[in-house]
Amino acid sequence: MRVLVCVKRVPAPGAKINVTADGQDVDTAHLGFAMSPHEECAVEEAVQIAERFEGDATVLTLGAPEAEEQLRYAASLGVQNAVLLSTDGTPWDPQRTARAIAAAITSLEADGGPFDLILFGNESADSGGYQVGIRVAHALGRPIVNAIKGIEPDIDGGLATAKREIDGGFELYSLPMPAVMGVKEGLNLPRYPTMRGRLASKKMDVTVMEAEGEAGGQGRVTLKQPPATESNMVKLGDGPEAAPAIVDLFEELGLL
Amino acid sequence: MSDFPSTANVVVIGAGIVGNCLVGHLSDLGWTDMVQIDKGPLPNPGGSTGHASNFIFPVDHNKEMALLGVQSANQYRDLGLSVDSGGIEVARTPERMDELNRRMTSAKAWGVEAHLLTPAQVKEHVPFINDDVILGGFYCPSVSVVDSLETGTQMRKKAQEAGNLSVFANTMVTDLLTEDSHVPGQRKITGVVTDKGTIMADTVVIATGCWSNQTANLADAYIPLVPAVHQMADVGPMDILAETNNEIGYPIVRDMDTFCYERQSSGSMEVGSYAHRPILHHPDEIPSNEEAALSPTEMPFTPDDFDQQMEEAIELMDMLGDAEIKYAINGLLSLTPDAMPCLGEIPEVRNLWAASAVWVKEGPGMAQVVAEWMTYGYPRVIDAHASDIARFYEQEKSDDHIWARAEEHFNKTYGIVHPSEQWEGRRNLQVSPYFSRQEALGAEFFSARTWERPQWYKSNADLVERYGLEEREVEWDNRWWSPITLGEHLNLRENCGMVDLSAFQVYELSGPGAVAYADYLAVNKVDKPVGSSVYTPWLTPDGGFHSDLTMMRTAEDTVRIVTGVFDGGRDSFWVKKHLPETGVTFKDITLETTTLGVWGPNAPAVVGKLTDHDLSQEGSPYGSLRNVELQTADGPIQATLFRISYVGDTGWEIYTAWDNGPALWDALMEAGAEHGLRPTGGGVYGTSGRLEKGYRLMGAELESEYTPVEAGLARPKVKAADFIGKEAYLAAREAGPIAKMCTFTVEDNTDSQGRKRFMQGGNEPICTTDGEQILDSHGRVSRVCTAGPGPSVGKHLLLGYLPAEMAEVGADFTVMYMNELFPIKVAAIEGSVFDPDDTRLKG
Repeated sequence: MRVLVCVKRVPAPGAKINVTADGQDVDTAHLGFAMSPHEECAVEEAVQIAERFEGDATVLTLGAPEAEEQLRYAASLGVQNAVLLSTDGTPWDPQRTARAIAAAITSLEADGGPFDLILFGNESADSGGYQVGIRVAHALGRPIVNAIKGIEPDIDGGLATAKREIDGGFELYSLPMPAVMGVKEGLNLPRYPTMRGRLASKKMDVTVMEAEGEAGGQGRVTLKQPPATESNMVKLGDGPEAAPAIVDLFEELGLL
Repeated sequence: MSDFPSTANVVVIGAGIVGNCLVGHLSDLGWTDMVQIDKGPLPNPGGSTGHASNFIFPVDHNKEMALLGVQSANQYRDLGLSVDSGGIEVARTPERMDELNRRMTSAKAWGVEAHLLTPAQVKEHVPFINDDVILGGFYCPSVSVVDSLETGTQMRKKAQEAGNLSVFANTMVTDLLTEDSHVPGQRKITGVVTDKGTIMADTVVIATGCWSNQTANLADAYIPLVPAVHQMADVGPMDILAETNNEIGYPIVRDMDTFCYERQSSGSMEVGSYAHRPILHHPDEIPSNEEAALSPTEMPFTPDDFDQQMEEAIELMDMLGDAEIKYAINGLLSLTPDAMPCLGEIPEVRNLWAASAVWVKEGPGMAQVVAEWMTYGYPRVIDAHASDIARFYEQEKSDDHIWARAEEHFNKTYGIVHPSEQWEGRRNLQVSPYFSRQEALGAEFFSARTWERPQWYKSNADLVERYGLEEREVEWDNRWWSPITLGEHLNLRENCGMVDLSAFQVYELSGPGAVAYADYLAVNKVDKPVGSSVYTPWLTPDGGFHSDLTMMRTAEDTVRIVTGVFDGGRDSFWVKKHLPETGVTFKDITLETTTLGVWGPNAPAVVGKLTDHDLSQEGSPYGSLRNVELQTADGPIQATLFRISYVGDTGWEIYTAWDNGPALWDALMEAGAEHGLRPTGGGVYGTSGRLEKGYRLMGAELESEYTPVEAGLARPKVKAADFIGKEAYLAAREAGPIAKMCTFTVEDNTDSQGRKRFMQGGNEPICTTDGEQILDSHGRVSRVCTAGPGPSVGKHLLLGYLPAEMAEVGADFTVMYMNELFPIKVAAIEGSVFDPDDTRLKG
């Protein structure tokens, strides 16, 4: 069982996100970086599946050399292989990204055999395009379902069951493997790296491939800071002294 | 906001551990109408307090840090917000084991229970430690873990509930208002501008931690500190920790040789490090509360900097390797150029105070220091000269300097630091006019704040052979020391020595009120004939030492003040602080003046070759100033001969214009050649010569905790004029000394391994013959204030206080050094062990 998980290096901001003066980027001067939260679940799932089925998990990212940090983070969680599709760090549109990833997967599979499962985060935490996973699946001619919160591979049957949350229940999909899935937070509870995992990840070889992909049609015009919203919060008081005000409010709201 | 105040008696900016404890202490001391503001939310506004490790190891070699650590720990205990977890510093190297013996010595000095443990004993306390990699441990049962956020909250609320304090969170200070004070170049604070309004206030305190300098800059003032990263990671859970059902169930382990600690936090272990590369930030780089992913001072973790520490942590505690890293930060704390806090009134702006660069472990105690300082004019809980923000010279108030020094000392946080250890970087900031000549003579320079001073000269190496001197046996004792300094001492006693005293800080008071003001500062009488001098303490309002220096009546309306380089900043600030509104002008003439000291039996002959002036006691009496013309190869120069001595042999401090310095040096060297004159370093001037004469030094023997009566510096009579601290001084004279300063001789300095040892003067405890700690009735511990050789008396010498009733010449005591006791004897109290009748001095 071979699982590939694709991740993206994104800033880890606070409540307020600053934009660079040219409006082209998030100002990351004082920010750390992470992979998107959905992708953390994808990595966890990949590691768990590889453990359960004695397979292996590979993590892939497209980005600047700094994105190696996220690959090694995935490795510290138990991923065995890492691939960096190296770019100069400028933002790539979803089509171009997907083309490069699809090409890289094709190349990797030519050497090591097909990935039974390719996992993406449902959408990235920064641009939120919802596109790359679908485009890669399409390019590879594989089935994909998004918003997945449960995965159960059936190796013998060559199928993977995917579970998607809907109002009041779940949808279950059965996909022939190799298949692609876009997963969401809630799929699992991602582990933290251990110290030994972190140290081992430092020694792991990262396969670096030149990212190649023809640009698509989507371009970034500008990023804008949304206008500050006035807080509607009203402080009713401190401690027990606030109780009468709370009662009044409840009465006003018709709750009492 | 309608309830935002427009005036206050005092505004405290910052609601971390320091600001919170400060308002609590100020309220207790009677301050009212206080306002406290912070730009962040409460109870955790986002500063360093919010992510602190919150543990206190009470043993430190530094007196201020140790005693204020203990004081702070007790304040946390009194609030019931502290748990005594115990703590163990483990050693992986023999050098560290020696250091642990030194820790035992400091523990004895400060009265802190401590035990040396074998590796197996360490394992009994910490069953998950790998005792194969350690050589032993230093166990301190009173190491405590505190709740600094809740402590701060309670202190703040105490002031609020007393009706003395209004608190405004989420309030950003945008400006500090000042106006000119009556002292030229100094301003005074008038108010604080915030995003919620302006508060006019006569007193403002900056307690904004990492942001302190940024805040001070709003008033064009400077608090020399830099935010620096201290990495920490929380790993877990681990069953053995969780099973304690406690926040802290096992002693904290400091893995001293890897500069790391492991501190239980419920079911997890916090691993913290001072081993990584120094990572410093400009305050502008700290994100706002809104921008920060965690809090402003919990910056993104840089794991590459922590990998080595992880390996070492796993080596010490294998279980950590499989624990998950749940939380890891580059936490910010404050570093200063000399690793001490910044407390007190900021010299540039009157009534603008700093309470900065203070960690949780000293927070409540340091806050008490500042509160007392604001209330009484000087701290009462402890002498705080080493934390006084006025200690810094201008050259120390630059980012270049602070960053360089902080980078140098960050990795020494858990380091083994010798009492005489010298800075490597940022040297030669201020050199004397003789610097090139001294370099040519192989001077070993020691830094004194910004100044460079020769400690000894390698050109005098022949004296080692001449006097049959030897290196010290143990490397530690020999470090930052040379037997050449003994040779220079003996040569001075036999012939003559010349000492560069250019680092003296020299000030001038002039104007019609100068003499009266000088007398208001000094205990002893300054209003004496022109050409006379007075060696005198300056007192705090409580009658302790603020300063100890020389004042000279150089003209009818002019008084010159000469003080030591370590005290110049504090003393000039003190002069400006009390300066009358009219009638006195203050001027710093340090860089206009240079001084060479020439002492020894041949000093009159040497100086006599340069002048025809009568150099006898009649023509140049002890303590007198004589303006003379000295002949040099460059022609005659004007100089002042000040007959005085800090080394116990006759001679002069020779003052001349800075530019005349080289000519004076050359003339004296030439004149002295046939009289055995040698350039002589600070090892003689500051230590051996001084110790043999029992001369006290400000900051060593003389601190605000002691009075002139106790230091043996009270004159028979008290002058009629008023002076700062007079009332307390009179009371101290009336009461008599509680303690007395004594000179001790080390009677046998052989240790248990048969090696000769030499105390360094690092607060080694002076104990009874049974090795018991000695406290006086005010709770002050007997400890070594200065230690050093007495080459002319053949013994190692110590200066320290004893309770008055125990101070008797000939009485036997012990001194602890490296955890061993050595027999010592009181050799002198008010007199000296060398030439007690001063026959050589005034000869």
